[in-house]
Amino acid sequence: MQNKRRLVVIGNGMAGGRLVEEVLARGGGGLFEIVVFGDDPDGNYNRILLSGVLAGTNQPQDILINAPTWYAEKGVKLHSGVRVGWIDRLARKIYAPGEIVEPYDTLVIATGSTPIVPSIKGLYGDLGSFREGIHVFRTLGDCEGIIRCAANGRRAAVIGGGLQGLEAACGLMSRGLEVHVVHLTSHLMETQVDPTAGAMLQRALEQRGVQIHLEKATATVLGDDRVSGLAFEDGSTLGCDLVVIAAGTRPSVDLAKQAGLTVQRGIVVHDDLSCRNDPDICAIGDCAEHRGRTFGLVGPAWEQARVLADRLTGANPQATYRESKVSTRLKVMGVDLTLIGDSDSCREGDEVVTYIEPSRGVYVKLIVREGLLAGATLLGDGLLSPRLLQIFRRGQPVPQSRAELLFPVTEDAGSPNLADLPADAHVCNCNGVSKGAIMEAVKAGHRTLKGLCEATRAGTGCGSCKPQVKALLELASEGTLADDPTVQYYVPGVPMTKRKLVMAVKEKELRSVSAVLEALGGGTDDPDSKAALASLLRTVWGEEYEDERDARHINDRVHANIQKDGTFSVVPRIYGGVATPTQLRRIADVAERYQVPMVKITGGQRIALLGIPKEELPAVWRDLGMPSGHAYTKAFRTCKTCVGADFCRYGLGDSLTLGVKIERRLQGIESPHKMKLACSGCPRNCAEATTKDVGAVAVEGGKWEVFVGGSAGSRVRKGDILCVAQSHDEVLNYVRRFIQYYRENAKYQERTYDFVERIGIQELRRLLVEDAEGICDGLDAEITAIADVYADPWQEADAPVHPNQFAGVLAGVE
Amino acid sequence: MTAASTTTRCYNLGPLRQVPPGEGRVFRVGRSSVAVFRARDGKAYATQALCPHRAGPLADGIIGAGKVVCPLHGEKFDLVTGQSLGNRCPPLEIYPALVDDGGDIIVSLPNHQR
Ligand code: SRM
Ligand SMILES: Cc1cc2nc3c(=O)[nH]c(=O)nc-3n(C[C@H](O)[C@H](O)[C@H](O)COP(=O)(O)OP(=O)(O)OC[C@H]3O[C@@H](n4cnc5c(N)ncnc54)[C@H](O)[C@@H]3O)c2cc1C
Ligand code: SF4
Ligand code: FES
Repeated sequence: MQNKRRLVVIGNGMAGGRLVEEVLARGGGGLFEIVVFGDDPDGNYNRILLSGVLAGTNQPQDILINAPTWYAEKGVKLHSGVRVGWIDRLARKIYAPGEIVEPYDTLVIATGSTPIVPSIKGLYGDLGSFREGIHVFRTLGDCEGIIRCAANGRRAAVIGGGLQGLEAACGLMSRGLEVHVVHLTSHLMETQVDPTAGAMLQRALEQRGVQIHLEKATATVLGDDRVSGLAFEDGSTLGCDLVVIAAGTRPSVDLAKQAGLTVQRGIVVHDDLSCRNDPDICAIGDCAEHRGRTFGLVGPAWEQARVLADRLTGANPQATYRESKVSTRLKVMGVDLTLIGDSDSCREGDEVVTYIEPSRGVYVKLIVREGLLAGATLLGDGLLSPRLLQIFRRGQPVPQSRAELLFPVTEDAGSPNLADLPADAHVCNCNGVSKGAIMEAVKAGHRTLKGLCEATRAGTGCGSCKPQVKALLELASEGTLADDPTVQYYVPGVPMTKRKLVMAVKEKELRSVSAVLEALGGGTDDPDSKAALASLLRTVWGEEYEDERDARHINDRVHANIQKDGTFSVVPRIYGGVATPTQLRRIADVAERYQVPMVKITGGQRIALLGIPKEELPAVWRDLGMPSGHAYTKAFRTCKTCVGADFCRYGLGDSLTLGVKIERRLQGIESPHKMKLACSGCPRNCAEATTKDVGAVAVEGGKWEVFVGGSAGSRVRKGDILCVAQSHDEVLNYVRRFIQYYRENAKYQERTYDFVERIGIQELRRLLVEDAEGICDGLDAEITAIADVYADPWQEADAPVHPNQFAGVLAGVE
Repeated sequence: MTAASTTTRCYNLGPLRQVPPGEGRVFRVGRSSVAVFRARDGKAYATQALCPHRAGPLADGIIGAGKVVCPLHGEKFDLVTGQSLGNRCPPLEIYPALVDDGGDIIVSLPNHQR
C-alpha cells in the first residue's frame, strides 16, 4: 500500500470538526492520515447552542458533536487541549508545546475567531487574567464560568448589544439575574439593523425585563478583588457582580500571520479555499476571508468544509466556494428576529420596502436590488421568514407589487406552505439541507424526527428549523409518499395504522403485546413497539388486557420516574393540591427516615421526593400511605386548582371542589400521553387552566368554560373552548368524554395540544357536544368503566408482580 | 470465534427465573456488575451494567429482537455485537451467556472483570 498523505487540521471547532467528518464521509480515511489540533479542552461542540446552555435550555453534554472516542474510532489523531504554536512552511511541519511535531502535506487552518476585548480599566488581575466576575462568551469554558458566577450573582452587566450580547443577556435573565445591557452606540445591533428596528427590538427585550443602556462607553470595572460595578465615560455608574463582554469577535489569524500567509481581516483564500500564497494551506470558517468578506457564521463555515472535502478527497476536484447567502436569527425565546443578506441599501438603485406594525411589534424591511431580494430584516413575525429566505436563496424574482412579498395573495399568508416549496428550497439553513434531501431521507426509511435529523443533519445546528422538518416528515407520510405507508404505522413493528390495528386486535382478540407482535408483527418482538402497543391494548381491552411487564418502560414497571443517576422520584397524589397537616408530616417523616436527597414542591402543586433507590420504593410508599401521583407515566397527572370562591374575594366558582372531584374521578387513567388539568375560580385564571390539556374556568352566572388542547410546556398554546358548562357535574362529563375520545383516537405520545389541532375544535364540538355521530353515550360508558376499576399501583409494594420487581443488584457470585 | 487473548471464566449466577421474562436484572460478580437479560424466547444475554453514554442502567431497559433500549435516552444496542444502533455511542461490552440444562444462567467473563 502507498503511504497515505498527511492532512493536518488546526482548530477542532465547528469548521475543523465538520471538515474531518466530511473528509471521512468521502472515504478520506483511506487517503489521509488525519491529525487534528484543538486548543479547547472541551473538544468539538456546537458553539451556537452555547446561548442555550447559558439559558439552561441545553445541557453542556447535549451540545457535544464528536467525543474524543469518535476520533480514536475513526483513526484520526486528536491533540485535544493543545494549542499550535508555530507553522514551519518550509519544512511543512506544525509545532506545539510538549515537543509535538506533526509534518503535513496539506494543512487546513480553522482557528475560528476570538472575542474583542475593549480597553477598559480594571479588567485584569495581578496574574494578567480577567478578575473574578468578568467573562467573555465564546467557549463552553466561558459559558460554565458565567453560569457558576451567576449562581451567586444578583446583577449582571453585558457589555455589547449585538446578537451574542443579547443572547447572553436573555440567558442570564432566565437564570434569575437582573440584567443590564450596556451598548456603545445609539441603537442595538447597529451593524445589522436600522434605528427603527433597533428601537423596536429594544422594546421587545425590555418587555422581557432586560434593562438597556445606550450610548454608554465603559471606562472602568469597579471593585477590589471582586467586581462591584461599572463606571462609564459620562461619569455614571452601574452596580453589578457579573460582567459579560460581548463586544464582537475578530478572526484568529496570529498563527497564519506568523507563518507569512496573506492576511487582511482574515486569512485570504481563493475560491478553492487555498491561501493566496501557499497552495498547500487552506483556511475555512471564521478565520478565512473570501472575496473580501469574513463571516462569523456557521452556515458559510460548513459550506466551506463541504467544498474543501470535495476537493481534498477528489470527490469533486473542481468544487469551488462561492459567496454564501447568509442569514441569521436571534435565538431568544419570544423575540423573533431574522436577518437575511444585506441589512440596508448599499448600492444605487436599491429599493427599500418597509412595513411597521407597532402594536404587535412587527417590523419588516426588504432590500430589493435589480428585481431580486438582496436582504431583509424581519422582527416580530417569524412566519414570514421561511418564504423570504427561499426567495433570497434561490434568487427568485420579486413580484411587481412588492406587497405580495409580505402578504402573498395566492396562499395563506400565515403559514408558508411547505407542500408548495420546490425540492431545492433550503429548509435547514445552518446545514444547507433542502426539502428534497429531507423527503428522500424519509423515503429511505428515516421516520422519526430524531432519525431524520441525524441522517440529513437538518435541525442539528441552531435547531430552529425542527418544526419544518417535522412538518415535512408528516407531509411525506400523507400526500406525496402514499406508496410508502410505513410512516403512518402506529408502531414501527406492525404495518398498520392505529385504526386498522385496533380493528385487527379486536377481531383476533389479541390481548397481550406478545400476542400482537406474534400475530401481526411477523413474530419479531420489536423493542420500539412494545410500550406503545401496551398503551393501546390497555385502552382497547381495559380489564381484559393481559399485562406483560416487559412491554413497559421502567417507569411503569416500578411506578416511579427514573432519574439521571438511575434512582427514582416519588410523587404522591395530593388531590387538587390540597394537603392535610398529617399528610405533610408523613411526607416529612419519610423524607427524614430515608434520607431523601431532595424534597421539592413541584410545578404540579404537589411534593416530589427525589433520588430514591429502586429497592426502597415499596417501603417509601408504604410509609407514605398516600396513593401514587402517576408523575412517571402517560396518564392523568394532576388537576391544579386555585383557592376559588370559598376564600378568594374574586372567586366566581368553587374551583377547589371541582378540581378535587375531577382528580378523584380520573386519577391514574392511562392515555396516549400525559394529561394535566386545572380549574380556576375566575378568569384571572390563577390555576393556568387555559394552558392545560383540559381546563375549566368559572365565569359569571355560575358557569364554567371548558378548555381543551392548551399547553405551556415545550410549546405554548392557549386551549380552545369546547363548551360552556352549567355545573360541576356537567364540566366533569365533558372532561371525561373528551379524555376518552383522546384516548381512543390520538397517536402514541401525541399531546392534546397536537391532537386538538389535528382534529379541529369545530369537529370536536360537533362530536362531543352536539353528539352529531351519536358516540357520546359509548364514550361516557367506556370511561366510567375504566374509572370504576382504578387501583393504586403503589399497592404493589405489598403484592409485587414478581419477587424481584424492585430488586436492585442481585447477588450473583463473590 | 477466534480465541481471545484474555482468559475468561464461567460463572453460575443461579436460576433464570430470578429475571422476569423479557426483562433484565443486574448481578454482582465479584466486585463488578453485569446486566443479564432474559429474552421472551428463553435466550439469555449479558452486557456491561451501565451504558457508555451517561451510565444508564441497561438492565432497566426494554428489550426485544436481540436489542436493548437504554431507559435514560433511548439509545439502542445490539445484544449480540454490543454495537450502538445509531452509532452514537461506543459499543457495549458483551459477555457470552447461556442457560444450562438445570435452568441456571451461566456467564463467561474475562478474567480482568473481577
Ligand atoms: C417534577 C416536575 C418539575 C418540578 O420540579 O416541579 C417535572 C419533572 C419532569 N418533567 Fe415536567 N415536571 C413538572 C411539571 C411540568 C409542567 C407544569 C405542570 O405540570 O403544571 C410542565 C408544562 C405543562 C405540560 O405538561 O406541558 C411540564 C412539561 C414537561 C415536558 C414537556 C411536555 C410537552 O409536550 O410540552 C416534559 C417532556 C415530555 O413529557 O416528553 C416533561 C418531563 C419531565 C420529566 C418527567 C423528565 C423525565 O422524563 O425524566 C421530569 C422528571 C424529573 C424527575 O426526576 O422525576 N415535563 N412539566 C414537575 C412535576 C409536576 C407534578 O407534580 O407532576
Ligand atoms: C454564543 C454564540 C452564539 C452563536 N450563534 C450563532 C448562530 O446562531 N448562527 C450562526 O451561524 N453562528 C453563530 N455563532 C458563530 C459560530 O459559532 C461560528 O461562526 C462558528 O463556530 C465558526 O466555526 P469555526 O470552526 O470557524 O470557529 P470555532 O468554532 O471558534 O473553532 C475554532 C477552534 O480553533 C481552536 N483554535 C484556535 N487557535 C488554535 C491553535 N493555535 N491551536 C489549536 N486550536 C486552535 C479553538 O480552540 C476553537 O475550538 C455563535 C457564536 C457564539 C459564541
Ligand atoms: S424538571 Fe422539567 S424543566 Fe426541569 S429539567 Fe426536568 S424536564 Fe426540564
Ligand atoms: S436552521 Fe439551524 S439547525 Fe436547521
